Amino acid sequence: MANLQTLLDDTALVPPPAENAAWRRFRRHKLAMAGAVTITVLFLGSFFGPYLLPFDDTRIDVMHRFAWPLSGAHWLGTDELGRDILARLMMGGRISLSIGFMAMVIAVVVGTTIGTVAGYYGGIIGSLLMRFVDAVLCFPTIFLLLALAALVEPSLVSMTLLVAATAWMSVARIVEGQIRSLREQDYAVAAKAMGASDWRVMVRSLLPNAMAAIVVAATLNVAKAILLESYVSFLGYGIQPPVASWGNMLNNAQIYLTSAPWLAILPGLAITLAVTSFNFIGDGLRDALDPRMDIR
Amino acid sequence: MGRYLLQRLGQCLLLLALVSMIGFAILHLAPGGPLSQFALSSQMSQEDLDRITRQLGLDRPLLAQYLDWLWRMLRGDWGLSFRDGAPVSAVIGSHLRATFELMAVSTVIAIGLGCWIGILGAIRRYSLFDTLATIGAMVALSIPTFWFGLIAIYLFSVQLGWLPAGNRQTIGDGSPLDLLHHLIAPALVLALVETAIWARFMRSAMLEVIGQDYIRTARAKGLPERQVLRGHATRNALLPMITLAGLQFPTLLGGALVTETVFTWPGMGRLFLDSIEYRDYPVVMGILMFSAVMVLLGSLLADMLYAVADPRIRMG
Repeated sequence: MANLQTLLDDTALVPPPAENAAWRRFRRHKLAMAGAVTITVLFLGSFFGPYLLPFDDTRIDVMHRFAWPLSGAHWLGTDELGRDILARLMMGGRISLSIGFMAMVIAVVVGTTIGTVAGYYGGIIGSLLMRFVDAVLCFPTIFLLLALAALVEPSLVSMTLLVAATAWMSVARIVEGQIRSLREQDYAVAAKAMGASDWRVMVRSLLPNAMAAIVVAATLNVAKAILLESYVSFLGYGIQPPVASWGNMLNNAQIYLTSAPWLAILPGLAITLAVTSFNFIGDGLRDALDPRMDIR
Repeated sequence: MGRYLLQRLGQCLLLLALVSMIGFAILHLAPGGPLSQFALSSQMSQEDLDRITRQLGLDRPLLAQYLDWLWRMLRGDWGLSFRDGAPVSAVIGSHLRATFELMAVSTVIAIGLGCWIGILGAIRRYSLFDTLATIGAMVALSIPTFWFGLIAIYLFSVQLGWLPAGNRQTIGDGSPLDLLHHLIAPALVLALVETAIWARFMRSAMLEVIGQDYIRTARAKGLPERQVLRGHATRNALLPMITLAGLQFPTLLGGALVTETVFTWPGMGRLFLDSIEYRDYPVVMGILMFSAVMVLLGSLLADMLYAVADPRIRMG
């Protein structure tokens, strides 16, 4: 029995032979690779760039307000208070990218847990959990997020939690569907028959096989989280100035649209670049991890 | 069919009950109630605050408040706005038209353009057009709608002066032409994401159909390619799009809210934001419930239509 058990563990843990093939397929996906490079650059720029810049992101300089990009010492110009745009884009990148990542991690953990439990046990627990997911999905995400954000004291932590709170349901749905079908597979039935506990079957047999779908959902979730954060901060319910985020930099941009269009253009470009990159990476991962998986 | 319909309706009602509980819990359990806006006002004494709390019924237990709200909602009484005492249904009703106008025009643009791009992309798979359309759709899905709105205003209002920068009509003017003039920019902005989604779905539906046996049969019996694509492939590929129309509703509504904020469009999105700002709980709750009903109805209607359009689907 002990031998059988180890044998079982081994088969569950043997890395799928497709692993290298997956990496090869991902590398061939040009847009996904471009996305990966862009994200790396944005990350390095946001986290190390500020140390290289002579300007602080919150330093107000009323003598040099509204400097055009490429017009002087400030490469990307200055805003209505004379703050350096490039420095603010970098510091804002830290905030926006961190919220995107952390919200994704929380959403994936919560969504995977609920989806796995619901898919594995089914029955009353399963349908109760999934009806709850359905109910939350009845609200358009933006409505739900704004209702929550307006009522809670805004901060980095609360923003991350709120974005996660509105994003975990789609992960739960995907994982539930996967686990429900995987549960009937021979290896899961065999593991169960050999006396493996529910927990063991879920974590060692089922989850590794649902991983491809989870990874893809996670990547697309980062993109969604960055978009949601930017919108809430744009409306003033998210990250509060003087701390910069890509969203709240657009806050006042509409007022100065006529005289200082770069205030609106640059942060939006940063958001679009980051979100597009994550979406392309997600697309590439989908092709690479499971060639049979259909596009959405 | 009748039994299936009843079953689905029952499920929808159960979901709505759950939805209302979640919405109610979110609003009432969050810190900072409707009165927090007065917290810093020096002219308000504690007695004033207590009196307002009692008047609005906010001092009673949460469950009692919920059941009371539910009971009145079931009889068609949506409550009164905290802000001006107007009935919530009237407040929402007066903003509905502007939002639906925006959503309807955008959807028409998105379906037309999206289906066309999707079909053409599938027919000429991996051509330059297909590649560009696929990349373009992905980028369109990644552009923040509100930022795209800002850019549109900058280009077409500030720089070119072709289109108004916001609002639904010029004050004192309300002619159809004026309304249309104001509608163009927000409708196009909202249509961007929708078009991308429709194009992606249409392309994959079309590709799936083209791989089917009956298409091969049609080609084998010598039908001209044009007729195969138009008569056989496209008609079948359009079927699943009915479902998409229903499932797309929450995204469309969310997108409308975002677009409305940038273009100061006097619709439900604007109303929702204002009501949140003023902690006008009855209106916020009314909008949340209304949108949930619309979302559920959308998916229900899509399923029914699909069953009617596709004789292969039987409901039992």
